[in-house]
Amino acid sequence: MQRDPLEGDLNRASLKPRQNTGHAICVPADIDTDVVIAGRYLRTKDRGVWAAHVFEDLDPSLAPRLKGAVIVAGKNFGCGSSREQAAIAIREAGVVAVIAPTFARIFFRNAINIGLPLIEAELSCSEGSNVRFSLDEGWVESEGKRHTIRSLSPRMREILAAGGLVEYWRAHT
Amino acid sequence: MSTLSERILGASAGEYVDRKVDRAYAHDGTGVLALEAWKNMGGNRLAKETELYLQFDHIVPANNSTTANLQHELREFANSSFMHFSDIGGGICHQLMSEGIALPNEILVGADSHSVTLGAFGAFATGVGATDMAAIWLTGETWFRVPESLGIHLAGRLSGAAEAKDLALTYVGKLGTDGATYQALEFVGEGVHGLTMDERLVLSNLSVEAGAKAGLFYADDVTMRYLKEKGHVVIEQVPEPCTYVGELDIDLSDIGPLVAVPHRVDTVRPVQDLAGLPIDQVFVGTCTNGRYSDLARFARIVKGKKVAIRTIVIPASASILAETIRTGVLADIIEAGCTIGTPGCGPCIGYHMGVLGEGEICLSTANRNFRNRMGVGGEIYLASVATAAASALQGEITVPEVT
Repeated sequence: MQRDPLEGDLNRASLKPRQNTGHAICVPADIDTDVVIAGRYLRTKDRGVWAAHVFEDLDPSLAPRLKGAVIVAGKNFGCGSSREQAAIAIREAGVVAVIAPTFARIFFRNAINIGLPLIEAELSCSEGSNVRFSLDEGWVESEGKRHTIRSLSPRMREILAAGGLVEYWRAHT
Repeated sequence: MSTLSERILGASAGEYVDRKVDRAYAHDGTGVLALEAWKNMGGNRLAKETELYLQFDHIVPANNSTTANLQHELREFANSSFMHFSDIGGGICHQLMSEGIALPNEILVGADSHSVTLGAFGAFATGVGATDMAAIWLTGETWFRVPESLGIHLAGRLSGAAEAKDLALTYVGKLGTDGATYQALEFVGEGVHGLTMDERLVLSNLSVEAGAKAGLFYADDVTMRYLKEKGHVVIEQVPEPCTYVGELDIDLSDIGPLVAVPHRVDTVRPVQDLAGLPIDQVFVGTCTNGRYSDLARFARIVKGKKVAIRTIVIPASASILAETIRTGVLADIIEAGCTIGTPGCGPCIGYHMGVLGEGEICLSTANRNFRNRMGVGGEIYLASVATAAASALQGEITVPEVT
């Protein structure tokens, strides 16, 4: 019997936003979900597999460096397929948040639904530099500069605050 | 005065609304995670007000025991619920929904990005991920931000060897992969009335490749006739004057055969520029170009000849496969040396049924040419059915003849 990685309190707890600071990892514009997690790794429910192979086709050395990182991306991050495993893989690899000027809309919903904070803001990326943010106050700070972030809708904020859509509906039904 | 999206969602662009979903569907890929999320939400009920569908199309039949076990669990769940279930070989979810299920003015949500395909019927159709789908199973509702709309004004008629696919690649090339992010496309202008339902489905299908949330046509006499044949009487949707955030004018008579080159759908070039490029495989099928009219057009070009390279043809649904058998189209395709796959997505997502080896090049009628999508190290060129047929016969990218 395959282990069910979505069950258990430990995994549930890991969905909650953990911190609001991290080291920047820079990625280019138009990162599609095939690049985030390739189709060849989708036929499993083991999140560890997705986390281990995240961004493999972009840079195979990236996955181990994502723990505690803030991904700073170019526009249109997460375009392409609806695969939720893309958002889960990023979250499970230990990424704190993803920052981009724009996100593809399905990825946007998926990320919030699984409790991965996304920040719509335009900032230049310096690899390894410290990035801080406050979702409540609506800012992100990088290299001493503070940028305003586009606020999430009230519903999205509620979902994110609950830790994801599963938790949101567990609380609402 | 409203756009079609505003009319169907009943609110103005920019507003957030909760809406009942008329029909919701998922496939064997997204259904697995949706089922997990639904269970974790405390899933002890399914929304009765929403028609729910589960269609196996991504990895069909199962390629190994891991897939088989995941599909087994999902199949048991489907059979124990009142969901409409289509097992392996039934066809691609979007195609099945287009065979007399999706109707104008409906709100349709699929757990697949190409759910935008159904906007061709004058429905608001969009894709979501697995957890959103689970919440729809549970509640029958979801939230939307009513999108701004971009008007794609079509004039004239397609001519020569040009197909709807070439038109679709044209607008994706012009808009770019994020040209319509968070927005809906509306296809309008006198040029739309000359487009068949199959052609409209191609145009709506590609709208997500420009980042769009939906790609809509207004239901007209073409829509009404198509649905009437499938037993539905629907009324026309008349466009009102409305505000678009952007407009794009395309004269259909200017369109020629195009190819989207690796690894972006918006890097589009005339087939002429790539003519002579050797290829290893041709793939005809998918939710973009696996319909009966596509297969019949392909057969007309290859009939009585032999393809020069391996050529995989996959009907988008079982009913399309049956029709190709009845009309002799299938025999023409097989006698030309092509092979046929189980109705479904085929090798489009790089799982099986035609995965590419390293360094191999595939000319495909699908909708995505992302890096490694059909196999690590493989390259994908996207083109029309006619370009695929001409290229299969030559073993290299070939400009289709005007027939």
